[in-house]
Amino acid sequence: MKKEVVIKVEGLQKSFNGRQVLKDINIEIYRGETFVIMGGSGCGKSTLLRHLIGSLIPDKGSVTILGKDISTLRKSELDDLKKHIGMSFQGSALFDSMTVGENVSLALREHTKLTKDVIDIMVKMKLDLVGLRGFENLMPSQLSGGMKKRVGIARAFAMDPQIVFYDEPTAGLDPIVTAVMDKLVDDLAKALSVTSIIVTHDMSSVFRVADRIAMLYEGKVLEVGTKEQIQNSKNPYVQQFVSGSPDGPIKFFQDKGDYLKELTS
Amino acid sequence: MIKSISNIGSSVVNVFKQTIDVICLLLDTCYYIFIGPFKKKTPKFASILEQMIFAGIQSFPITFFVALFTGIVIAMQSAYQLKVFGAEIFTASMVSVSMARELSPVLTGLVVAGRVGAAITAEISSMKVSEQIEALETMALDPVRFLVVPRVLALIIMLPCLTVLGDIVGVIGGFIVGVFSIGLNAYRYMDMSFEFLLFKDVWTGLVKSFVFGLVISLIGCYMGLNAKGGAEGVGRATTLSVVTSFILIILFDCLLTGLFYFINV
Repeated sequence: MKKEVVIKVEGLQKSFNGRQVLKDINIEIYRGETFVIMGGSGCGKSTLLRHLIGSLIPDKGSVTILGKDISTLRKSELDDLKKHIGMSFQGSALFDSMTVGENVSLALREHTKLTKDVIDIMVKMKLDLVGLRGFENLMPSQLSGGMKKRVGIARAFAMDPQIVFYDEPTAGLDPIVTAVMDKLVDDLAKALSVTSIIVTHDMSSVFRVADRIAMLYEGKVLEVGTKEQIQNSKNPYVQQFVSGSPDGPIKFFQDKGDYLKELTS
Repeated sequence: MIKSISNIGSSVVNVFKQTIDVICLLLDTCYYIFIGPFKKKTPKFASILEQMIFAGIQSFPITFFVALFTGIVIAMQSAYQLKVFGAEIFTASMVSVSMARELSPVLTGLVVAGRVGAAITAEISSMKVSEQIEALETMALDPVRFLVVPRVLALIIMLPCLTVLGDIVGVIGGFIVGVFSIGLNAYRYMDMSFEFLLFKDVWTGLVKSFVFGLVISLIGCYMGLNAKGGAEGVGRATTLSVVTSFILIILFDCLLTGLFYFINV
């Protein structure tokens, strides 16, 4: 059976102030899968993610989400498309001035004609999904980092999206909460059959949740494959990243070459 | 030499670009105020009310004291000079006309720019740096409608109200000096306060305060929405917002005073 493509990125290029951040990215993401985009800091992961959620428009190439090319859409059409997408932010990005319940219900209140009672029930259900039933009336400042992230996920799922993006869902969490978050992401993907796209560099998480993985390096996709394919990759860059070794083709220090000259110039 | 010329050039281009951006923000705001309600995108009444209470009612004490002391000072200064001509009774008209035309709108504007403009920028810029603005956008909610419109509406309504209060309190300040210090007759003082005060003096002052309200709120929101970097970015945006508002208030005061002086409306 041919898999349905929900996100297709073709020849994507993007530059900021003359610096090319993304160089010819080609990715296809299928319905229902958990797709991980991994790569080191500054490799263009976040920029790619911002294209996939429709926040940035490509310089060259195209990004097609649910069959619609985002660069050809009008603002109202892009807004309609965004209603099918959920996003969980790295810093959770909860609205400080609203309670947990108001955060989760905001999109429902704005985009649907549901009554307050129905919305209240839906908020309770969404919070129950992430294990935070009964927390509706707390303010974000009263929650721990992991709880905030879970509320962020509940908010991402508020509109029953077809695609959910997670930006570094486990960054800054302890190992147990990390494992809980991974299980949560996995359970939600299976229970609600949504397409999940996770941007991370946490290798233990990657191999726990991913169906397929794309490795990004210096604005290019080095390799796309299943967990096993990535683990057994022959590509030295991918191998170095997977094994977390400081030695290899990915350099963290500049060449010694003209060091003396630079110092004295 | 060439470098400094190019620096000046790039600053001019930057100011020009920012001016255009602020005008675009104004147009967007007008769209949501005038056309939004017909497209079921009404501004939130509750958040407008909340902003009106913050920007208007809570600014009342500081406006009261500034206007009272300004009234007192103007009365004393005028009496000092009018004494030479034996025309101390004109102190009353001097206070009422200068408060209504100039001092109440400008001083209230400056006080509100410092208090409310700074708060607007600090709040919106910290939302920006903690990804909350981006979260709104991914939920297909326009930050202009959500954050800018209530603040602009609140300030263009409340600043003229505060200015009227400033006019009244300023006259009371002058009255205190005129009657209890200079020894003018209380009835005569009140009579003279309104003898030379034309309706035009009051409404031109209110037009000024309306424009100042627009300037403070738009600059506050613009600087907040364009903040970059962490805590330092929030601080920089807030300082820039207050400084820019101060300069623009004085600039627009100059332009509007000229307009009302030369064009006999």
